[in-house]
Amino acid sequence: MAKFTFIGGIHPYDGKEISKHNPMRAVLPKGDLVYPLSQHIGAPAVPIVKKGDHVLAGQKIAQAQGFVSAPVYATVSGLMKAIEPRRVVTGEQVMSIVVENDLLYEEVEYPTPKPLNRMSREEILTAVQEAGIVGMGGAGFPTHVKLSVKEPEKISYVIVNCAECEPYLTSDYRRMVEEPEKLVEGLKVILRLFPNARGVLAVEDNKPDCIKILSGLVSKEPRIEVAALKTKYPQGSERQLIYAVTGRAIHSGKLPADVGCIVDNVDTVVAIRRAVLEGKPLMNRIVTVTGDAIANPQNLVVRIGTNYHELIEEAGGFVTEPQKIVSGGPMMGFALFDLDVPTTKTASALLCLTRDEVSEQEPSACINCGRCAEVCPGRVIPKLLAEYAQHHDLEQFVAHEGMECCECGCCSYICPAKRPLTQAIKSARKMVLADRKKK
Amino acid sequence: MSELRKVSSNPHIRDKDTTTRIMLTVVVALLPAAFFGIYNFGLRAAAVLVISVAFAVLTELLFELLCKKKPTIKDCSAVVTGLLLGMNLPVSVPLWLPAVGSVFAILVVKMLFGGLGKNFMNPALAGRCFLLISFPALMTNFNCDAYTGATPLAALKAGEQVNLMDMIVGRTAGTIGETSLIAIVVGACILILAGIIDLKVPGSYLVSFVIFAALFGALLHRTVDGSFLCAQLAGGGLMLGAFFMATDYTTRPITKKGQYVYGVFLGFLTALFRIFSASAEGVSYAILLGNLLVPLIEKYTMPKCFGKGGERS
Repeated sequence: MAKFTFIGGIHPYDGKEISKHNPMRAVLPKGDLVYPLSQHIGAPAVPIVKKGDHVLAGQKIAQAQGFVSAPVYATVSGLMKAIEPRRVVTGEQVMSIVVENDLLYEEVEYPTPKPLNRMSREEILTAVQEAGIVGMGGAGFPTHVKLSVKEPEKISYVIVNCAECEPYLTSDYRRMVEEPEKLVEGLKVILRLFPNARGVLAVEDNKPDCIKILSGLVSKEPRIEVAALKTKYPQGSERQLIYAVTGRAIHSGKLPADVGCIVDNVDTVVAIRRAVLEGKPLMNRIVTVTGDAIANPQNLVVRIGTNYHELIEEAGGFVTEPQKIVSGGPMMGFALFDLDVPTTKTASALLCLTRDEVSEQEPSACINCGRCAEVCPGRVIPKLLAEYAQHHDLEQFVAHEGMECCECGCCSYICPAKRPLTQAIKSARKMVLADRKKK
Repeated sequence: MSELRKVSSNPHIRDKDTTTRIMLTVVVALLPAAFFGIYNFGLRAAAVLVISVAFAVLTELLFELLCKKKPTIKDCSAVVTGLLLGMNLPVSVPLWLPAVGSVFAILVVKMLFGGLGKNFMNPALAGRCFLLISFPALMTNFNCDAYTGATPLAALKAGEQVNLMDMIVGRTAGTIGETSLIAIVVGACILILAGIIDLKVPGSYLVSFVIFAALFGALLHRTVDGSFLCAQLAGGGLMLGAFFMATDYTTRPITKKGQYVYGVFLGFLTALFRIFSASAEGVSYAILLGNLLVPLIEKYTMPKCFGKGGERS
């Protein structure tokens, strides 16, 4: 029974119906574009343009600083206006390059890449690195680092995370329905790096049309198969996904490659294909603009750097004033103070809710019901961890596996006393990580 | 720029279930047994239940008002405590007794330890045992208009025959809410179907009770037969205790393995008390003693996390 699911998890209202039928639509930014230098895990990129420079779409404007880092590209043509701190979705101020859009959208000439079958492993990795590709599911870990494993022949699975388990999100769904061949081509590029690996397209079974389309496409591909996963949040969490597909389980101290797995998100795989087969850098991504406050929910192909205000306009504006706006899905996304933030490489959705359920409900005493432990995919006891966190007992917090929390939010979601368990655990995790850095 | 919007940490959606809804479901699940008690023992039973519930709720409210705390009676947990306490009393008690029991249960056992979720013993059971020790004659007088003579368990202890059918339906002497096996099982099914309890605690409790009762019965009487065990299962407070009190969230272990250990321990203690002690009953003391062991049980049954073996259980 271990196959294709995991223990724990929840079944929230999925809200995908609102936007799933609307095809992907490319939008051109009108206002200034803002490119944070840190849209990934690792060292921030370093600007290589000056104020007053004219830039073209597809031109590198900041280069990676070291191996664990990623370059940033301009996505429109225009004037380089400033390098200054700008607010990003997490609420932090991040040093960013601001480009004034000249509305001409002039693009650089991309060099024609070598055919895939003549490319070496190093050439493929360099193409991915140069394109500035990072994990687009939300984590933002530089993809070339993930792909540069020491012993590539020991990788037995390349899993494409098509679960899209976050409620309301339909960007991966649209990609699978409209451009499944690009996804499969991208997977074949990755498989060239790992001679002994099988490619697995892991899709939740609430998307039977995707399973059908992808199964049809890969029926003649000897190395690729489609796995139907039980629909349950957080099925797309990396560790849970690997376990569901392969039965191999890793804790937080291990990497997927340690058990012979590579996991990449749908949009990331498509970006790899574009980088390697077309020689183009990462310049856009699909953003689901949705929620009951949005007039015409959309799946927009957005150029990175586009202001969130423009995305709302493209989706017809608000029907009613939203109480809460979330960048990302409702389970793991960031609530926004205001919409004046740019689309980054990791922004999967813009969710506008007319009701803020969280502020309506007052937290009350824990009744020890144990539901948090039941739904926790990390198999820890969130109630206990939250208590240790509140008492600042970091020693006990770590002893009770607090660092195994993946911050998926299931415990807070299920809690009948409406206690902010995830929040307490997250802040304790941050403190522990900060302490470890000091040492 | 307009006003800043509300933000909060993820997740931004919540399940609909609340503490109040859980408590109300428990109340609903207790109603079949409560109503059977009223039907079986007459309207005086209703008076006992009303008084115990009213005093439980009032005590909580007054305590919170006096301490300038936010009133929490809306969560309905005091209703559950009051109802359970009343259902654990004989119908013949003077009407001040449920009031005293409820005040003790809520004030001493629950509120003084920090209120809902902080008590280390089940308040209803602690209240009952407090009354049992303080007023033993009143608490063990099961004579009433409907029945005279011993409860089935006391009769069984004295070596008399009992009518199993009457025990299943509930037409016997006993406390208000414990007599009808059918009504309690209906309530237990409500709790299980509503996802409020599962069978880990009650299942291991009942199975271990049968095993230990057979063992101890054989030690004491040299023989054990099926009808003795069936009567032990159906009689007294066992079913009410196993499904409604041993499963109390606050006072049972939160760990899965711990719940089995706890259930087995309760079964062992109940069998021990029922077979070897002077009293025919043993459920209340067994559960209270079990409550005291919960921190220890939890400490040694902490689950393994995902990736270290916990992914499979």
